[in-house]
Amino acid sequence: MTARVIFTVLKYLSLVVACVVTLLPLGVVLIASLKSGTEFATSGPFDLPANLFNVDNFVTAFVKGDMVQGLINTAFILVVSLAGTILVGTMTAYAIDRFTFRGKKIVVGLFLIATLVPGVTTQVATFQIVNNLGLFNTLAAPIVLFLGTDIVSIYIFVQFMSSIPKSLDEAAMLDGANRWTIYWRVVLPLLKPAIATVVIIRGIAIYNEFYIPFLYMPSAKLGTISTALFRFKGPFGAQWEVIAAGTILVIIPTLVLFLFLQKYIYNGFISGATK
Amino acid sequence: MVSVTDTTKLVPAIAGKRTRKGGPPGRRRTGRITPWLFLLVPLALLGVFTYLPAANMFMYSFTSWNGFEATPKQFVGLDNYASIFTRDDILPVFVVSLYYIAASFIQMALALYFATLLSFSTWFQNLFKGILFFPALINGVAIGFVFLYLFQPGGTLDSALGAVGLGDLTRHWLGDPDVVNYSLAATSVWRYTGLNFVLFLGAIQSIPKETYEAAEIDGANRWHQFRYIIAPSIKRIISLSFILAISGSLAVFEIPYIMTQGANGSMTFVIKTVTLGLGTFHKVGLASAMAVVLLLLVLLITWVQRRLVPDDKVDLS
Repeated sequence: MTARVIFTVLKYLSLVVACVVTLLPLGVVLIASLKSGTEFATSGPFDLPANLFNVDNFVTAFVKGDMVQGLINTAFILVVSLAGTILVGTMTAYAIDRFTFRGKKIVVGLFLIATLVPGVTTQVATFQIVNNLGLFNTLAAPIVLFLGTDIVSIYIFVQFMSSIPKSLDEAAMLDGANRWTIYWRVVLPLLKPAIATVVIIRGIAIYNEFYIPFLYMPSAKLGTISTALFRFKGPFGAQWEVIAAGTILVIIPTLVLFLFLQKYIYNGFISGATK
Repeated sequence: MVSVTDTTKLVPAIAGKRTRKGGPPGRRRTGRITPWLFLLVPLALLGVFTYLPAANMFMYSFTSWNGFEATPKQFVGLDNYASIFTRDDILPVFVVSLYYIAASFIQMALALYFATLLSFSTWFQNLFKGILFFPALINGVAIGFVFLYLFQPGGTLDSALGAVGLGDLTRHWLGDPDVVNYSLAATSVWRYTGLNFVLFLGAIQSIPKETYEAAEIDGANRWHQFRYIIAPSIKRIISLSFILAISGSLAVFEIPYIMTQGANGSMTFVIKTVTLGLGTFHKVGLASAMAVVLLLLVLLITWVQRRLVPDDKVDLS
């Protein structure tokens, strides 16, 4: 009996410690973001701000920190890349799952092997290609790269598609539908759950992506959420309270999304990782 | 199926008749082309942005190309590869990887511990799960800034240590070459533990409840349940996460780049590769050779994992 009690105490103790370790670094940044410049300089990191509703730093971060432009660019890249990923991914999955054709094994192999090549390793050479295509310093660069290197989504679509009975396709074919109509009108609507998964996990990944926009879009006008925040280091280097506000601004959309879509996010990450 | 009935209206009946009969030779030819029409764009993207760079990279690695000349001209054989293992500024990056590999062991252990705890019924189960997982969703630049703030001299960590009477432990967390990699690896553990935790928890929760009940009737305690029920069922996801963690440790970029730019002895393999190949050094040849080495290491690790834990799931078709 006492062993049970000790076990329970240790269990909750370790959970509480883990939560403190997780939340404390974020909490102090939130506190810092609400302090004025002089207040920040004269108070400790754990001292609560004098005015809990002081949003001056957020306004500075938003207006002077190019966060508005960053949001617009990120939103554009996000929407186009996700639409493209869904089209490319579902078309690939449809061809692989619903057709038998010569060379299919090779095609499948090509996609399989590509998952083993970590994108980050080939950037040196990818950079030359993007540059030669004239896409350097354009919004198209991250879009084509997000489309061209997204194999996980294809996996998710193939797996889901194999669970859709082929008899539905056949019924449509007997009704005279051609392959494109079947893809567009039968298969694609049935793939909605898989599309939701892909939108969630790829959406979060693209929103958080730093490396690709940083490398391919150095222009100040082409900042994304990540690179706009990264550039806070220069002008606001000495103003931690503004950097803190920018950081919180970037985290808030993620938090809101997480609170509303928890279940889908967990499931999305599980199916994304175990592909 | 609404969509099926829709199609009947759209397509002329004659097309249906042809399909039913199997169609004349002409139709069969189009049938053969159809899958390739669907694959046209995906394969083009795959070729241009995955295979072409990989092939080019391999080729560049044998040249002394600087990225400016139109094409790489000077063939230098294996010189670049030799440089990787002899240059004083490259060798240390392998040592830095070891910190992150060690950190990934800690990360796995923590994730497994908390996944096991939360697989049993717990008060505030969803709240704990959400808090532990949330860092995995946060933007990398934001995490970098959060921890820059935490580690700065006189910052949160120093204040916290001072408050509990451990002020003597205060260090230049990101400035001291002896400490910086611990600080950065710890940040990486903070960031990624939640993801592993949720993957493990998902695998554990897919074990049917009856299994535990049967074990309890047989007199199994919590440890037995972990050892004989939980551990075997999550072997696959653990090994998969392990591979991702180790290849991730070799390819660490974001956290150290955002926080220290590789300064004070925190230079990682990828930061070095990127600065050599795309920065002001213009050593595309050397950087490509480094990327090839990294790629081969990742492939080797993946191969070893596949050998040790055979994949019982069939992927793709």
